[in-house]
Amino acid sequence: MERVPVLKIGDILLVSIQVDMQDQTALALQEDLADRIVATGCHGVIIDITGLDIVDSFVGRMLSSIASISRVLDAETVVVGMRPAVAITLVELGLSLDGIRTALNVERGMELLALARAAEPDDTGFDLGLDLDGFGSPATP
Amino acid sequence: MTAEVELGEPQAVPISADEDVVRVRQLVRTVAVATKLSLVDQTKLVTAASELARNTLVYGGGGGAEVTVLDSGRRKGIRIVFADDGPGIADLDLALTDGYTTGGGLGLGLSGARRLVDEFEIDTAVGRGTRITVTKWAR
Repeated sequence: MERVPVLKIGDILLVSIQVDMQDQTALALQEDLADRIVATGCHGVIIDITGLDIVDSFVGRMLSSIASISRVLDAETVVVGMRPAVAITLVELGLSLDGIRTALNVERGMELLALARAAEPDDTGFDLGLDLDGFGSPATP
Repeated sequence: MTAEVELGEPQAVPISADEDVVRVRQLVRTVAVATKLSLVDQTKLVTAASELARNTLVYGGGGGAEVTVLDSGRRKGIRIVFADDGPGIADLDLALTDGYTTGGGLGLGLSGARRLVDEFEIDTAVGRGTRITVTKWAR
């Protein structure tokens, strides 16, 4: 069985799927990614599917699972590079890819992750529900 | 329908393991390109074939797919037959409902595949296996 390589670039894990994956390969990718997120502490995952000429319900479910697993591990997932014909087919198939962020290409995906990271109130990953406006700015006399 | 002619011999792929689903996709893609289906129609047919080949493996316990190029006189098409000797489908209406699954999947395989092709026929009975025939015509 082939394995899909997971690359670390800065604070981001990049997966570029280039092969017609067997179901087992897709499941292995899910596990590899979870391991790598924990091992590296990365906060973003980009999955490039430019190389996929179809996304069926199995791969669609894998993408949704990866997004959910990453979120639990404090990382955001962006799926990039979906071909137009694949998008049309996915919608007709009935897959909604719930909870998945998408971007047109890797560059836009990285921008999206940077924005998502910047919007977080602190680096712990917890939202304490505190109003942190002005937090860290010089105290007013 | 009556004037349909088969072009060439059907090409058969046995489905008994994970990698056979990939083989079915590759064969259908090759034939769809050769038959000059549009890119969107190629994508739809290969996706439908992937769903049905997986069903043949997972629910039917294995079987086979047969791909045939058709000529209706006006246009060309591709017919794929998926057959297994598995347990069959007890409640076909339910099996064709979006979101219904007995296998832990999304329940979109059968219903979704039906939406992606032009013609969809299913012949199944409990204990007799399942035979699904799909056809996609070039536009």
